Amino acid sequence: MSIKGKAAVVGVYEHPLRWAPHKTQYQLMAESARGALEDAGLTIKDVDGLFTTNVGGMGIISLAEHLNLNPDYLDSNSLGGSSFVSHTGHAAAAIAAGYCNVALILYGSMWSSDRFAVGTGGLGSSDPPEQFESPFGSTLIGSYGLAAQRHMHEFGTTSEQLAEIAVTMRRHATLNPLAKFRDPITVEDVLASRIISSPLHLLDCCMLSDGGGAVVVTSAERARDLKKKPVSILGAAEACYHTSAGLRDLTDAAAKQTGPKALARAGVTHKDFDMAMIYDSFTITVCVTLESLGFCRKGEGGAFVQNGRIGLGGELPINTDGGGLSSNHPGMRGIFLIIEATKQLRGECGARQVKDCELALCHGTGGNLGFRHSGATLVLGV
Amino acid sequence: MAEDKKPKRPVPRIDEESRPFWEACARHELYVQKCRSCGKVLYYPRSFCPEDLSPDLEWVRCSGKGSVYTFTVTYQNQSSGFRDKVPYVMAYVELEEGVRMLTDIVGCKPEEVKIGMPVEVTFEDVTPEVSIPLFKPIGR
Repeated sequence: MSIKGKAAVVGVYEHPLRWAPHKTQYQLMAESARGALEDAGLTIKDVDGLFTTNVGGMGIISLAEHLNLNPDYLDSNSLGGSSFVSHTGHAAAAIAAGYCNVALILYGSMWSSDRFAVGTGGLGSSDPPEQFESPFGSTLIGSYGLAAQRHMHEFGTTSEQLAEIAVTMRRHATLNPLAKFRDPITVEDVLASRIISSPLHLLDCCMLSDGGGAVVVTSAERARDLKKKPVSILGAAEACYHTSAGLRDLTDAAAKQTGPKALARAGVTHKDFDMAMIYDSFTITVCVTLESLGFCRKGEGGAFVQNGRIGLGGELPINTDGGGLSSNHPGMRGIFLIIEATKQLRGECGARQVKDCELALCHGTGGNLGFRHSGATLVLGV
Repeated sequence: MAEDKKPKRPVPRIDEESRPFWEACARHELYVQKCRSCGKVLYYPRSFCPEDLSPDLEWVRCSGKGSVYTFTVTYQNQSSGFRDKVPYVMAYVELEEGVRMLTDIVGCKPEEVKIGMPVEVTFEDVTPEVSIPLFKPIGR
């Protein structure tokens, strides 16, 4: 059974705050839910499917309690930053199967106010697999550094090419009033910023912010009666990559497994896309993901992101909101991929609008490239 | 002071699957496993073969030699034990036995580390029970 066209995104909301020490995680989520349901023209009473992760002493049940919901469908798939891309695909499948009618996907995070050292805090745990990693000073950023270093060695990818990604994300952010960092930067600025874990500079790394977001999904039939143009969910896929019992090829990402499936399920090819939201935890993440998804050949990601190809007005604008590198990244930014792609497909992006935007790809990456990560691809269209 | 008594590195919680591996490290010996059923060589240690779930694994003594598959020089690590170690070099080493393991490269300056560099294992005694396998350029 295909989910293609059976469900649509009908409401989205990105919480405007990037620094919210006066709020709680639940507040960010409730405010985002209110915003997305208003955007959809629905109410909380319509919601019968709940999707979230990384919340509550008892996870999704705690959130359901706080919102006073008793949904027919609950999903707290926990894949890291890509979770919400996965949730959207799962919501479409649940709706297509008749398990729920209106799905609410929620995210909220106070990691910036909490001063949570996501990137450089050391990846703990004495259990496998971390048991064989934490004695060596493993960090999130370090693991991406391992991947970037190997990519440069195998394919000659340069810091300048990776820097282009950061520069492009910042250029897009200058057009996004909600983005945290809006001063333009140059390739030289990126290369001059201090190295956190080689070869990655500070400006190769996403920020940490507070934030939240919500997405509402319903059936295609229900969507037709609502306020805005429905954004149809055409295909979805997810996967995880890891050290493969000692063989891990660091230049492949889980996107290699999800890209072909999601595109085939949607019945589209790479050339059909008008824009893409590619999880940008780090510049190297975008480079490797584009290759693994098949937008270019392996090793050609560096050249692909140069010469304006991934900027507004280029062949494949990426992360028109400014991404995790420049707009927001509260630790897990998958929901913002869905939100921005939806706004683009509806024609709501104003100064950063992609002309004639009809087909968008979202790819979330959770975890880290060097040790283990998830990939979730979603194809959206109007 | 409590800080002085803390191990120099995070200590693995030795469990029944990994005990033989860590006990060998304490003897300064590096081992990986090979599945007798399908021949797969694997790291990190498990009680079963990930290829066919066979419990029939044998321990293979490593030569201790390998080469750097990739590395990163880390300049910022907020966690205790590493805050003061920066910069240090974390790396995947590809062992002669065909698997890649995470480790640190020691015994040379960070800028000397190159992908492909031949290295050999050296052990750092962290507690009386636990030694950690690190790698250094061959001949140092």
